Amino acid sequence: MAEAFTKSMARNIFYGGSAFFFLLFLALTFDTMGQLPNRDNRAALEGELGPVIAQGKALWENNDCIGCHTLLGEGAYFAPELGNVYKRFGNSTDAIKGFIMSRPKDGIPGRRSMPQFNFNDEELTALAEFLKYVSEINTAGWPPNIQG
Amino acid sequence: MKYQSQSVAKLYFIAAIALFAAQILFGLIMGLQYVVGDFLFPEIPFNVARMVHTNALIVWMLMAFMGAAYYLVPEEAETELFAPWLATLMFWIFLVAAGLTVAGYLLVPYATLAELTMNELWPTMGREFLEQPTITKLGIVIVALAFLFNIGMTILKGRKTVVNLVMLLGLVGLAVFFLFAFYNPVNVVMDKFFWWWTVHLWVEGVWELILGAILAFVLIKTTGVDREVIEKWLYIIIAMTLITGIIGTGHHFFWIGTPEYWQWWGSIFSAMEPIPFFMMTVFAFNMVNKRRREHPNKVAILWALGTAVMAFLGAGVWGFLHTLSPVNYYTHGTQITAAHGHMAFYGAYVMINLTIISYAMPLLRGRNAANPPKSQIMEMWSFWLMTVSMVFITLFLTGAGILQSYLQRMGENPQSFMAVQDQIALFYWLREIAGVVFLIGLILYIASFFVGQSDPEAVAAD
Ligand code: HEM
Ligand code: HEM
Ligand SMILES: [Fe+2]
Repeated sequence: MAEAFTKSMARNIFYGGSAFFFLLFLALTFDTMGQLPNRDNRAALEGELGPVIAQGKALWENNDCIGCHTLLGEGAYFAPELGNVYKRFGNSTDAIKGFIMSRPKDGIPGRRSMPQFNFNDEELTALAEFLKYVSEINTAGWPPNIQG
Repeated sequence: MKYQSQSVAKLYFIAAIALFAAQILFGLIMGLQYVVGDFLFPEIPFNVARMVHTNALIVWMLMAFMGAAYYLVPEEAETELFAPWLATLMFWIFLVAAGLTVAGYLLVPYATLAELTMNELWPTMGREFLEQPTITKLGIVIVALAFLFNIGMTILKGRKTVVNLVMLLGLVGLAVFFLFAFYNPVNVVMDKFFWWWTVHLWVEGVWELILGAILAFVLIKTTGVDREVIEKWLYIIIAMTLITGIIGTGHHFFWIGTPEYWQWWGSIFSAMEPIPFFMMTVFAFNMVNKRRREHPNKVAILWALGTAVMAFLGAGVWGFLHTLSPVNYYTHGTQITAAHGHMAFYGAYVMINLTIISYAMPLLRGRNAANPPKSQIMEMWSFWLMTVSMVFITLFLTGAGILQSYLQRMGENPQSFMAVQDQIALFYWLREIAGVVFLIGLILYIASFFVGQSDPEAVAAD
């Protein structure tokens, strides 16, 4: 590199640039937090089903569903997107419950299969309500179509 | 090895390589489950194999970073490590915690593990890459704090160099951004938003500082180029990293419920993230071309140059491929993501760790500078086998991902996820074959530590 460009100039660009863009990132984060209430479907969380949805999220996490599925496009790519499954299943929580409930214990010969988790009805409801809540988040038009 | 206390690095490096082997084994299991869906079902479901694969990866990266720090910090600071016993103690705590966690994944259902570790007291489990029980996460924090204290005190009492400073900044950043792993609100959008503060700000932020510092250290040692020149490069590379990479986090905020303006911020800034990776490539080749000595450890230089090239390809080129929001709209969460994740992680972080291990291990094992030629040649074979097979893994997954995006998200009649998976199975078979070649490369790599050990070591040509 040219001699006129010294190490201390490089160092100053590093500290100054990093600090500036980190502060800008904080400002954008702050603004985002202000806008989220209009987008993130928190009304559902604050409504009467709030505790049910919270239980659904805990079940979602405690069974590591994200280890096979994506949720809003993040997670694993082994099984279908679930951020919009409520809509894909015809806006029906019962269809979601029925699907999870009916997974064969020993899988399907030769094919990918979802485990049988033996959830009770309350748990199935919680999971379905959680997925319904996620499907109503404003995701800027993603996914491109119902297949996820 | 100039200081006795550097020798603790050896423990960390050995454990790192063992975890690397576990990672690849479980990668191959998953690769097979992709095409033979009932393989090991229900004993090892896909999600369990995936946790072992990715968590082993992360833990061995951390192990190797710590090993690298314990090796290079005393040498740069020209003083013994502040508390070698603490480094040894933390190693065993870390190893036991990692071992117990993996055993937990494999021996009991994940929900039982959540219950046993009382996840409900402070739920943090069940999120991608952060699947570890909360107590394991706390263990990681304790190990990290003790480690930072040890390294920090060593730097304080010794010579202050830019390499050490940048290394320390990267490691402190690693610990700080890990703290977001403890934040897990019910609100899915907030959960995801801050999850990326750990994941993205690690790999496209502070880890790049660690990468840069290790690369600079190895280049100083093996090329003999003036430290001033290398340090100037290091500063400007990491400046570009953070200037582009912090706002670049926005490329994950396109479709998760966050405002649309992130499509602009994220696309523009992340599109510039390849710049620091490109500079790293130019830097590494330049320094090697300007070398003032012929270092006998040829294979360490090969790894260093390989890192510079593959990190640019995996992170820079494959990252750019899907980082603009109009493209990401179709590729988000497909095999394209997996293709990029593989080459970027391998090219940047696996390879830099193998670089420092390759440079330091012969010295830690009591040699003057390098392994005997027989061992180096075998290691070079492993370099090419692993690197070329990773290129093929990436290409096959990219093929799968393009078809997947098209069939499922673009064509006239979008098809369902599972229907599409069946049609692209050929690519998954090819990926699995490339994966087996990768494993052969890894076996040769491990074997290279044991061959020709009684031969005289390689000497420099000059
Ligand atoms: C034998 C070679 C390998 C095979 C067959 C393999 C296979 C896999 C599979 C099947 C997945 C899960 C994809 C999904 O979620 O559906 C995965 C994920 C992952 N693997 Fe590998 N892997 C291999 C080697 C590696 C190596 C060497 C690295 C790192 C350097 C690596 C890093 C990762 C990462 C970071 C993920 C998560 C990707 C993401 O979330 O996008 N793998 N691997
Ligand atoms: C060494 C550096 C990097 C590593 C280790 C890395 C690794 C990864 C991994 C593992 C994922 C998947 C995360 C998940 O499972 O959800 C990912 C996603 C992504 N990366 Fe990187 N990355 C690096 C650099 C970059 C760069 C420089 C760019 C842009 C130029 C980039 C663009 C992206 C994008 C756009 C996604 C999201 C993909 C999606 O929408 O599904 N990455 N990266
Ligand atoms: Fe990123």
